[in-house]
Amino acid sequence: MRHTISLTVENKFGVLARVAGLFSGRGYNIESLSVAETLDPAVSKMTIVTNGEDKIIEQIIKQLNKLINTIKVVDLTVTGHVEREMVLIKVSASGENRTEVLRLVDIFRGKIVDVSPDTFVIELTGDEEKIGAVLNLLKPLGVKDIVRTGKVAMQRSIQHNTVDNK
Amino acid sequence: MKMNGAKIFVESLKKEGVDTIFGYPGGVVLYIYDELYHSDIKHILVRHEQGAAHMADGYARVTGKVGVALVTSGPGATNTVTGLATAYMDSIPIVVFTGQVPTNLVGNDAFQEADIVGITRSCTKHNFLIKNVKDIAKTIKEAFYIARTGRPGPVVVDIPKDVTMDSTEFSYPDDIELPGYKPTYEGHTNQIKRSIDMILASKKPVIYSGGGIISSGASKELFAFAELLKAPVTNTLMGLGGFPGEHPLFLGMLGMHGTYAANMAVTHTDMLVAIGARFDDRVTGDISEFAPEAKIVHIDIDPTSISKNVEVDIPIVGNAKSILAEMNKLLKQDKRLKGFVRESEDWKTLINQWKESHPLTYKETGKLKPQFVIERIYELTKGNAIITTEVGQNQMWTAQFYKFSKPRTFVTSGGLGTMGYGFPAAIGAKVAMPEATVIDIAGDGSIQMNIQELATAVQYKVNVVVAILNNNYLGMVRQWQSLFYGKRYSHTDMSHKPDFVKLADAYGAKGYAVEKKNDVLPVLKEALKSKLPVLIDFRVEEEEDVYPMVPSGASLKKMLLA
Repeated sequence: MRHTISLTVENKFGVLARVAGLFSGRGYNIESLSVAETLDPAVSKMTIVTNGEDKIIEQIIKQLNKLINTIKVVDLTVTGHVEREMVLIKVSASGENRTEVLRLVDIFRGKIVDVSPDTFVIELTGDEEKIGAVLNLLKPLGVKDIVRTGKVAMQRSIQHNTVDNK
Repeated sequence: MKMNGAKIFVESLKKEGVDTIFGYPGGVVLYIYDELYHSDIKHILVRHEQGAAHMADGYARVTGKVGVALVTSGPGATNTVTGLATAYMDSIPIVVFTGQVPTNLVGNDAFQEADIVGITRSCTKHNFLIKNVKDIAKTIKEAFYIARTGRPGPVVVDIPKDVTMDSTEFSYPDDIELPGYKPTYEGHTNQIKRSIDMILASKKPVIYSGGGIISSGASKELFAFAELLKAPVTNTLMGLGGFPGEHPLFLGMLGMHGTYAANMAVTHTDMLVAIGARFDDRVTGDISEFAPEAKIVHIDIDPTSISKNVEVDIPIVGNAKSILAEMNKLLKQDKRLKGFVRESEDWKTLINQWKESHPLTYKETGKLKPQFVIERIYELTKGNAIITTEVGQNQMWTAQFYKFSKPRTFVTSGGLGTMGYGFPAAIGAKVAMPEATVIDIAGDGSIQMNIQELATAVQYKVNVVVAILNNNYLGMVRQWQSLFYGKRYSHTDMSHKPDFVKLADAYGAKGYAVEKKNDVLPVLKEALKSKLPVLIDFRVEEEEDVYPMVPSGASLKKMLLA
């Protein structure tokens, strides 16, 4: 099963290598990883998406906790949380395609951030489902390149018993 | 007071109570060595940096203190990697200081540069690169703290040359700031209570204890625990010495070369109490058939050890000593205890039958037997010596035939299985405890891996005894080839080797060769009186195998017995 793990670490050089090394050294898989400073510049937050059986995930969380530079590990999958990802999409847009692309961008509340005579670069933020949906719609029009940030995720302040009601 | 980094380094070590450094100088650590020139910290000049790391490790294992090694950058640093990995696998607290090229050259492929922090990341508990002289004192404090607390382990501190030359005010910090490092020591009260209930409801208990007993100093508590429950105890290789080897409740070691009784007991137990042990593959054999009928309580300071290899019923994270003390307190007041002990009588009768039907033994053939040599060493030292081993048959026979009775008397590379470990570790142990009798039980293969340290031993008059069980083979590998590869002895013939007596002589040590049984005791006696290091070349039976043996990956009950 897929898990989104939020990791709070000391903001020191080499910490990312320790985290990455932990995964690679034990044969665990990282699907995506994003990292940046928090409000406290001495602390960074990582969002890691990984997958594995429960036993593997349990080991991953324990091993992450064991790193000296790790301050906190939360498996967001089992708590209420919001997650977003940003994607930049370069799409072919010439002739009648241009209006179709613009329409889709508008529907999904994306932005055009670069324009050339035959391409657009679209900036889009959302959860995985939304980004997947947009990509599916854009592909027939000719997607030339995409870059994704990987997930960032945050625990909700109020934890509901029900499933995330988006 | 303002000092340069090298002086701060030495002053910080003194604050940590360091009395001995095992080291080897080189270009980038010259400022530090210049400071050591005036210092009263004892420095042992090794002949290879691997030796320094193993000596620091041996020093740490027998004292419980943090062992310290100091080496130069590049090859000096990389030569310690095997020593670090050895200490890491066995949870031994050492701090290895490596010199580094000046900060402005780091990353430039400079002369004798190696990214030792990168290289050792996966074989240290933690490591540091110090970039500023102001961080030296704080980093050393943290390094020692990390090495000795929680689950102990090796720490590398990499110090560029210019950092040792720069100056700053020296003050040694009182507090540690490690927001992410808070080892758990106290066991969870409810888990402890539940585990007592579970244990007292069982009929066929076995205590399976490992190196955690030694590192937490819990052997007294373990003894009391076993005595209260009247429960049999088996030790892992790392746990030997944690429970008296001659005690009637002791089953001996378990696992691949464990005793018949120990392996049968864990196979049939209904209650396995694992303490400071990690269900290593050499212990469990086929994991699906390990303790198949048992409920399992697992006490360990490292949460990652729990439910890593086997699912446990009750995990208790914390320090073995304090958890056992707590359990003993509860057991003493527990009214169910008497009934429990009575109910488990049949189980112990069965275990005693296993012990009697299949004791550890070997066949007399008229030739000198390696096991016989170890028995005589035990007889002569009455279990009071510090014994180190190399890796292979010598190690397994020692674990079987020397009855360790005290913690910190058995020094062996358990997890990594490092050949060449035992001799430098013996030197480190003897330097730490000059009054102790220290014997390295070696093989003719292993001893050649760090034989250069004989010069170190002679220089510092470290009179350790090396008992080489010389069978002209890489014996353990040959044993596998004999049993599982049709006796095709591919590259395990070690008959081409130096004359160990002459070799000892060349180094200024003392050498003996022994071929006859009757000479074993007299030569050992003489060796133990020697003021010089001694090599004894015991020419033992060449194709002797270690039994019992569980083939790799097989169930523990599938022991080969001879």
